[in-house]
Amino acid sequence: MTVDTLRLTAEDAMRLVERGEVSSRELWEAYRAAIDERDGELHCYLTLTGEPEGDGVPIALKDVIGTKGVETTAGSKILKGYVPVYDSTVAARVKEAGLPLLGKTNTDEFAMGSSTENSAFGPSHNPWDPTRVPGGSGGGSAAAVAAGLAPWALGSDTGGSIKQPAALCGIVGLRPTYGTVSRYGIVAFASSLDQVGPTTKTVRDCALLYRVIAGRDPMDSTTADAPPVDLPEAEDLKGVRVGVPRELNEAEGIEPGVREAVERAIELCRTLGAEVGETSLPRSVDYGLSCYYLIAPAEASSNLARYDGVRYGLRVTDGGYHGMVERTRDEGFGDEPKRRIMLGAYALSAGYYEAFYGQAQKVRTVIADEHRAAFESFDVLVSPTSPTVAFALGAKAQDPLAMYLSDLLTIPSCMAGLPGLNIPCGLSDGLPVGLQLVGPQFSENTLFRVGHALERALDFDYVPERLR
Amino acid sequence: MTWEAVIGLEIHVHLKTRTKMFCGCELEYGAPENTRTCPVCLAHPGALPVPNEQAIEWTVRLGLALGCEIAETALFHRKNYFYPDLPKGYQISQYDAPLCVNGRFAVPGADGDHEIGITRAHLEEDAAKTVHIGGAGGRIGGAEYSLVDFNRGGTPLVEIVTEPDLRSAEEAKRFLQLLRQTIVELGISDAEMEKGTLRADANVSVREAGESGYRTRCEIKNMNSFNFIARGIEAEIERQIGVWESGGEVVQQTYDYDASSNMLTARRTKEEAEDYRYFPEPDLVPVQPPPGLVERLRREIPEPPGARVRRLEAGLDFETATGLVTSGRDRLYQAVVAAGADRRAAANVVMNQLAGAGVAPDAVDPGELAKLIEGRETIPRGTFAEAIAASGDPGFSAEKYLAEAAVSDVSELDPVIDRILAENEAQVSAYRGGKEGLLGFFVGAVMRETKGKANPKVVNERLREKLSA
Amino acid sequence: MAITREQVEHVARLAHLALTDEELDRFGEQLGAILEAVGKVSELDLTDVEPTSHPLDLVNVWREDEPQPSLPREEALANAPETEDGFFKVPPAVGPEPDL
Repeated sequence: MTVDTLRLTAEDAMRLVERGEVSSRELWEAYRAAIDERDGELHCYLTLTGEPEGDGVPIALKDVIGTKGVETTAGSKILKGYVPVYDSTVAARVKEAGLPLLGKTNTDEFAMGSSTENSAFGPSHNPWDPTRVPGGSGGGSAAAVAAGLAPWALGSDTGGSIKQPAALCGIVGLRPTYGTVSRYGIVAFASSLDQVGPTTKTVRDCALLYRVIAGRDPMDSTTADAPPVDLPEAEDLKGVRVGVPRELNEAEGIEPGVREAVERAIELCRTLGAEVGETSLPRSVDYGLSCYYLIAPAEASSNLARYDGVRYGLRVTDGGYHGMVERTRDEGFGDEPKRRIMLGAYALSAGYYEAFYGQAQKVRTVIADEHRAAFESFDVLVSPTSPTVAFALGAKAQDPLAMYLSDLLTIPSCMAGLPGLNIPCGLSDGLPVGLQLVGPQFSENTLFRVGHALERALDFDYVPERLR
Repeated sequence: MTWEAVIGLEIHVHLKTRTKMFCGCELEYGAPENTRTCPVCLAHPGALPVPNEQAIEWTVRLGLALGCEIAETALFHRKNYFYPDLPKGYQISQYDAPLCVNGRFAVPGADGDHEIGITRAHLEEDAAKTVHIGGAGGRIGGAEYSLVDFNRGGTPLVEIVTEPDLRSAEEAKRFLQLLRQTIVELGISDAEMEKGTLRADANVSVREAGESGYRTRCEIKNMNSFNFIARGIEAEIERQIGVWESGGEVVQQTYDYDASSNMLTARRTKEEAEDYRYFPEPDLVPVQPPPGLVERLRREIPEPPGARVRRLEAGLDFETATGLVTSGRDRLYQAVVAAGADRRAAANVVMNQLAGAGVAPDAVDPGELAKLIEGRETIPRGTFAEAIAASGDPGFSAEKYLAEAAVSDVSELDPVIDRILAENEAQVSAYRGGKEGLLGFFVGAVMRETKGKANPKVVNERLREKLSA
Repeated sequence: MAITREQVEHVARLAHLALTDEELDRFGEQLGAILEAVGKVSELDLTDVEPTSHPLDLVNVWREDEPQPSLPREEALANAPETEDGFFKVPPAVGPEPDL
């Protein structure tokens, strides 16, 4: 049978395999054929795997996810050719679940970016309009799923790197509660913020994949057990209290088309029976970006110190040890990692720690408290995921601060360790708009429930128009 | 001008856990290079630390033995710098929230106890081992390249920092010996300086007697035995006094001490002090030692060595008492004395003969040893030595050796003595004529005749009696 | 807030990045702008607020002192740029060994 990779959901694919209508191998080959056909234009993949292993629905993994025996570059020249000798926990769980690996997807270097333009190996392209970015840092995974080059994928989110690309590509992305998915084997960017999560076509697919990867890991001290995952069924929102934080929904820079699509989605919540009300996160949006761009680079400056040319990766010799390390890092890192490493080192340095890093850690407490207060009256908070639809390649690449603003709406909940789900909620000028649902810690089931009901009601066609 | 030395110590102890501090690699001294490593201790991308519970418990135990307060909440911090033996580019250590703070450790001295403040004791991981090839003597200068072995990297280390309360090189040495004994008795480390499982650096300054503030101090490193530490500190004290007395000023500097030449060599000054950019380790959650555990550990710590020295001193001199405690033999000594042996004899046997025969104090039955000591003069020397050598064997019985009591029965000895005297008439006359030194000749003859089994004291007395008759 | 060239050099040294003159200028400008933006956090008076180091309230996560298999040496050295006799080979580190 011909597999419609553009439309097929993972859940449907599972059913087909169960019923014997198609084999796992045939699925894998169908996606490989699609990749051959369309990835030249989109550049979602950095590495394609050889022989598939497993009997389930094939999957793509963002190239920050360590895979034993398969090159893992984190989008960086400094790790070109690096082949891990161990599996990350999520890769191992995916393997255990029998999901064959299609390949590793493109990412901004070390997950630092909002467009995939910081990848050392060239950007990915948005399947809705290839002259535009797919979002980042996990643009490769999102574009692959949207373009039918993978039924589902895993990405990683630090400040919005799963949710924002999902929004720009018109698909579903979950950033889980911090600590519910293991970071062991994930190339670290910011330890207290990084989380691996699913990038899928539907909310139910998202729940299914989250179930595979979630749960405490003895190899990661910062993990906790997640409540068992409920696959969402209900198509109404009766009894759900939906909060609309003023600051997230009226922030400067939100395009009118984005605002309209989100307002319609919020109205739909009412129609579905939810109690919708306004709420406030007084300082979380105002100070979220600055808080994030102090803490994340600080942790990154330390996490990236291991890339020194000694035990793996690129080495550029230049005299003694220190010279070698300095030259290796200068040649191996792109501009964005360099900027963030220096910013981070500055924020932690003697004399500046209290004012910068120390202060940012306190702002973090404020953000967590404000969200906690909002959740006393609401089960879920809604807003746009991204202030804009997909922007043109090159439009923001020269202006780091402009690029950072892409994360304005996703960052605050990340700082508080909260889960966030993106679902596509409409189009603006023919490009997808994403709706962000944020819940308290461990509230994934609520997010799935709300997301699924909205998804059914919205009936958004996730196949990019130009590919139909 | 009377000068006073002001000394503080920074001590590193290798814990003898089975596995490393943050990963499950097994620690094995002497394992072939890079065979005890994993993605975590090699700092591969994505690797994460998970703390060793045993190491945490042992650090708390050590802190308690040092009289420290145990933190309610302790944190791990990252200390960031670049060096080949530091694969992550940072060391996981503790900074402003260590496990143990504010302790004290009494060092007995000839003139009373001196309480040394313990500023802190914290837990961290050791670096790997770098070997420099091509330079002179394996040190860094002039090396062509370096080779790194990550087996040791990640070993749990406890760092202990003392207040600058020590006042002499000798006291510092004694402090370290007693500290080492404490550590060994807690069962957490072998703490051997020669093997590198105990390392100590000294911070030394001097001031005029009576002066209140502290003057500039220098750090002395690379002293790897108790004696070298005393000598290195002594050399530095002299050097500093020399500087001040000649009108100069001591400049802050780190020195390496070379024992063979007794020389202090200044390390190259860095252009700028290293900025370690400490921040709380985000990959590790806080440690809150459960109160129940802390109390249990507190009850289990052995009596501090200083107090034990004081108690023993009552019946012995200070030196012997200290020697017994620092060699871990004081408990056996006390048990032997309690079983009835004479103090001096017991101390002598326990400190010298047992040690010389390589017998472990824990293996000895104190009651049997006491019996042996009591009867030591009634048995031949050779027999006594044999008994000592066997005293650590299971089921050792002194009885067996005491049975070989030297022959003291006069009725058995007299015939032998008479015969010797009869056979040596010339010497008998000479003795009676005033050559009293010849007594030794007769004693020797009797001993040979009885194959060493005669009781020399009795022989001595009997001969005198008969010769003066 | 402007960041001086010396400060950029200092931070680059701490981070072991050998920047070219062009990079020093370009990054200096960009870092200045970013620092200005992130400096916003100091507007808030947070004297009585506790810092958050960890998002979840976990404490006392540790493991038993039980050995786990180590990597075979070939795997440990597999990705190494240079090795010799089972060791990782690096150019010599000139300069004093930092204190542990």
